[in-house]
Amino acid sequence: MSIQHAPAHDASVQHNTEPKKNYLNAEHSVASWLLTKDHKRIAVLYLISITFFFIIGGVAASLIRAELTSPHGHLFTNDGYNKLFSAHGIIMVFFFLVPSIPATIGNFIIPLMIGAKDLAFPRLNLLSWYLYSIGGLIALGAMISGGVDTGWTFYTPYSSVYSNGQVVATLIAVFIAGFSSIATGINFIVTIHKMRAPGLTWFRLPLFIWAHYATSVIIVLGTPVVAITLALVAVERVFPIGIFNPAQGGDPLLFQHMFWFYSHPAVYIMVLPSMGIISEVIANGSRKRIFGYELVAFSSLAIAGFGFLVWGHHMFVTGESVYLAMVFSLISFLVAVPSAIKVFNWTATIYKGNITLHAPMLYALGFIGLFTIGGLTGLFLASLSVDVHLNMTYFVVAHFHYVMVGGAIFGFMAGLHFWWPKITGRLYDELWAKIAAAIIFLGFNLTFFPQFVLGYLGMPRRYHYYPPEFQVWNVMSTAGSSILGVGYLIPAIYFGLSLFYGKKASPNPWNAVGLEWQTASPPPTENFEDIPIVTWEAYDYTTLPDVESDLDYPSLEGDGAIAGFHSGGSK
Amino acid sequence: MSLEAAHNTNIAVHEHEEHLAHQFMNRAQQDESYIVGMWSFLVTEILFFGALFLCYSIFRIQYPMAYQEGHEELSWQLGCLNTLILLTSSLTMVLAVHAAQVNKRILAAGWLVVTCFLAAGFLVVKLAFEWYPKYLHHLIPGVHFHWPHEGFSEVAPGKAELFFGLYFAMTGLHGIHVVIGIGIMGVLAIMLLLNHKSTQYYMPIELAGLYWHFVDIVWIFLFPLFYLIGKR
Amino acid sequence: MNFPFAPERASDFADKIDPVFYLLLGLTVLFTVLVLSFIFVLALRYRRGQNVNRKNPRHHNAILELTWSIIPLILGLGVFVVAAIPYASVYHAPKDAIEIFVVGKRWMWHIQHANGVRENNTLHIPINKPIQLTMISQDVNHGFYVPAFRVKRDALPGRYNTMWFTPTRLGKYHLFCTEYCGTNHSEMIGSVYVQTAQDYSAWLANAGQEVADKHQSLETLGEGLYTQLACGTCHDKDGIGRGPTLVSLYGSKVLKKDGTATIADDTYIRNSIFNPSDDIAAGYQQVMPSYKDQLTEEQILQVIAYIKSLNKSPEGTKHLANPGTTGSVSSKNSAAVKPNPLTPAQIPAATNAATTPSTNAPPKDLTPKNSPTAPNDATTAGKRI
Repeated sequence: MSIQHAPAHDASVQHNTEPKKNYLNAEHSVASWLLTKDHKRIAVLYLISITFFFIIGGVAASLIRAELTSPHGHLFTNDGYNKLFSAHGIIMVFFFLVPSIPATIGNFIIPLMIGAKDLAFPRLNLLSWYLYSIGGLIALGAMISGGVDTGWTFYTPYSSVYSNGQVVATLIAVFIAGFSSIATGINFIVTIHKMRAPGLTWFRLPLFIWAHYATSVIIVLGTPVVAITLALVAVERVFPIGIFNPAQGGDPLLFQHMFWFYSHPAVYIMVLPSMGIISEVIANGSRKRIFGYELVAFSSLAIAGFGFLVWGHHMFVTGESVYLAMVFSLISFLVAVPSAIKVFNWTATIYKGNITLHAPMLYALGFIGLFTIGGLTGLFLASLSVDVHLNMTYFVVAHFHYVMVGGAIFGFMAGLHFWWPKITGRLYDELWAKIAAAIIFLGFNLTFFPQFVLGYLGMPRRYHYYPPEFQVWNVMSTAGSSILGVGYLIPAIYFGLSLFYGKKASPNPWNAVGLEWQTASPPPTENFEDIPIVTWEAYDYTTLPDVESDLDYPSLEGDGAIAGFHSGGSK
Repeated sequence: MSLEAAHNTNIAVHEHEEHLAHQFMNRAQQDESYIVGMWSFLVTEILFFGALFLCYSIFRIQYPMAYQEGHEELSWQLGCLNTLILLTSSLTMVLAVHAAQVNKRILAAGWLVVTCFLAAGFLVVKLAFEWYPKYLHHLIPGVHFHWPHEGFSEVAPGKAELFFGLYFAMTGLHGIHVVIGIGIMGVLAIMLLLNHKSTQYYMPIELAGLYWHFVDIVWIFLFPLFYLIGKR
Repeated sequence: MNFPFAPERASDFADKIDPVFYLLLGLTVLFTVLVLSFIFVLALRYRRGQNVNRKNPRHHNAILELTWSIIPLILGLGVFVVAAIPYASVYHAPKDAIEIFVVGKRWMWHIQHANGVRENNTLHIPINKPIQLTMISQDVNHGFYVPAFRVKRDALPGRYNTMWFTPTRLGKYHLFCTEYCGTNHSEMIGSVYVQTAQDYSAWLANAGQEVADKHQSLETLGEGLYTQLACGTCHDKDGIGRGPTLVSLYGSKVLKKDGTATIADDTYIRNSIFNPSDDIAAGYQQVMPSYKDQLTEEQILQVIAYIKSLNKSPEGTKHLANPGTTGSVSSKNSAAVKPNPLTPAQIPAATNAATTPSTNAPPKDLTPKNSPTAPNDATTAGKRI
């Protein structure tokens, strides 16, 4: 417990002097960005790229919702609609959600959090971004030049024999992007194993690190399988090797098995890092150690492990063996337990905390609520007989959007707000951030809650036309989606403005514990001038002085009236 | 074991610093990171091939006759030859790694070149004596596929295509790994000969060795599965 | 304006799973409200500046954590069991179930009743009778889904899937395709009509005015195919031909040449016709050509129905399966096992000529096999409806 907490005014000394060298202003040439090996710059490159793809995927989503306002949509042809939802799914899953948190926030924060100068393999990290970009551009090119209408699941034999779109190009794009995420996963595993600062034992690691470790394990084990599966589909379109084509004796269900072997765990690739962020934010917002740290840490690993044993619950109506179905259903129920543990432990953390409802905290609390709904509705789909009714309906759509948008994107937003001052060195407008959080929460629920009802009523997914009695709920959902769209625009504006007009951030604007807050904002290229030596446990908020003003933005004049730290860029 | 050996030999303290990437604190951390990284990569590779082996097994159970007749089209003699070539190349790779560890630069480069040549020999046998005749015999899945036994065979052409599809996919993917291996070893050999500073440090060669042994092991599985166990 | 909250409930299966659904809904609401109210109350009560007791905050509590791990576990296992029971029953249709055959093809549902009546995109069934659907797809994956019955099963290419249910309410209900199948996926819809027993018999008798061979049961149609394709040349009733006899084949255990054994079910028979070389019966040579290009999925179902009917009497003479129908007994009955002079080599030519005029099956889909550049079904591509 020997840390740091020097008198509050220490930090301000250096803060008003010359602008220090940091990773952003170290060099300015374009090449210094495109050839950078600095994990922080690569994270920024990733952040820009995934934002780009999020916008494209989001536009596709709003067009889908616009089309579904009327039972007989008039904006698109059937093919046009099919290409639209395929583009939305492929871009959002492979080019936004999978890399979203790990490659941006994780890339930026992990080395800082564990007191390392960089990830273990900086060049591999850069390569990963290039692979991602190449994959993304190919996918984009495929969608512009004819599009692809297979849905993001690429089910055979439709994708391998019947579809006429740019399936091969899209599959190659996803294949390449898969290697980008494998590169990130390997980098994280090695970094977390080998690059921790002296004294930072496994059980002193922030839960964000545990979550990313579990995520990386899933990436490393799952991605190669889906990569080879999709590659086989691409090969089948050129040479009729027939592995997935029943006309030749192949097995279309084999594709589904191999696809979901990755793609179910992929859900945890999206949501586990988000859970890591929530742990950080809740601990900071409550100024308390996360309740039951060990259990939360192990639950990440348990989710990663069980996640690989439940893929068959996507196939309950394909006629798979009843015993197999029961095993998959049972294990799916077991996955609920570690997820429930996390939710309860976060809730218990708030008890007797000293709560500050800053914007990241609002997103985090929103996450808990939405993830609870998303997780519990997942149990409907894990229940064998209920799934027979709900499978492939809008209930599924609503469920996974609660998990992926309500879970992954809310976590992403929480993390982005939480570490924005660290990444950019600027403070964003907290009031607008809170307003946006509220709008996004409302818009999200209005968009996706009606879809649960639609699913129970029996509206199948991927339907361009639907019976008129479903219209009310669809209109409601579309209305919600426009609110949600506005909600996402507001952060884009205040984040953008903060880059130019935002107040300068102190090293530790949230008065948070964690090594990343001990270095300057933005951090210098080498992260730390001296590698810190860790002697304290994670989330050791009891040792921090409770500074009243630090979280109150209007009085945060960049004067660093905040706990300073003995190490980091400040000395 | 190799780590220990390296540390006990001749690497002076200043060399530690010289070959240390900026993100690492010391050589031990750097070496271990590379080893852990390489093994993680090999795990992904195992799953990459594993998915194909899964397909192989499933259809082997379903269509044993197609596998048997397909297998009879393959030459076990050539397969044996290639196995010998690859096993020998693994040996030369070990010798290259050892030479690098004891700082015999030119020797290491020499063994790497030998390994490259063996790998190239493997590809020549594979492409010129196996794949090309199959192309001539119309055994490549596609519109030109022709199953010579059709009519009196018990195997429908579609199933034979499936067998050959798996054969080409699996040996092809392995072949791509061999080509990548040749590239890596060739570059390392040139850098060794130029005494480039990154190869004054044995770790890159050791990592290439791990990779090459993995490629070898994959073949050790492919060889019996395709060339040997067709008959029951 | 229509403002529905729950789908109609029109089958015994719906009666079984709706309680499970509402149980889950109850648990979901309970836990969500619990968690949300805890968050809400605690976040307000302990927010900064509130003067409340924050002494002795706990950072872990093994008993508490164990409690909230085990309670969800037990609840989960309970729900699992409750939900699994109705699901398992879907796999075992009662013996007296009415069997109806469904073939999915882009983008319509073809339905064949046992007496040969066919319908497209509609399904007529009697109330309170167990109905078993056997389905297959002619091209890509489809999903047969009737929300009001809460039943769904994929119709996949190359294998039969079955499901069964008992409709319990009269009326007209939606039929949807739920596995994405390409351009007009959302138009691969139809209606299920649940009728009284009388209405149903009347419909069966008079339905399908447009169907020329409405009086021929599936077995008869299958028998016709058996004759036209000269199956009897090899598969004769005495078992002395070049192929094994089909009498009493269905459901029996077949010893295969490779030493393994299999049960001769629908999938096995279908595969043996399409891919004869896959499963060769012990003691026979592979001489049979594939009938992949000569038989549609509907016709295969008719042949299977015929082979099934051969089980019913030891002599191999068959009876009509559906005594309730008013259709006259086909005079072709006795011709079923008449020796046919065609040799196997002549069969393709002969059958192509013979099949087309005599059956009213819809033309076989020209599915683009393995040609990614082939245009979509020309009649529907880009069509706006």
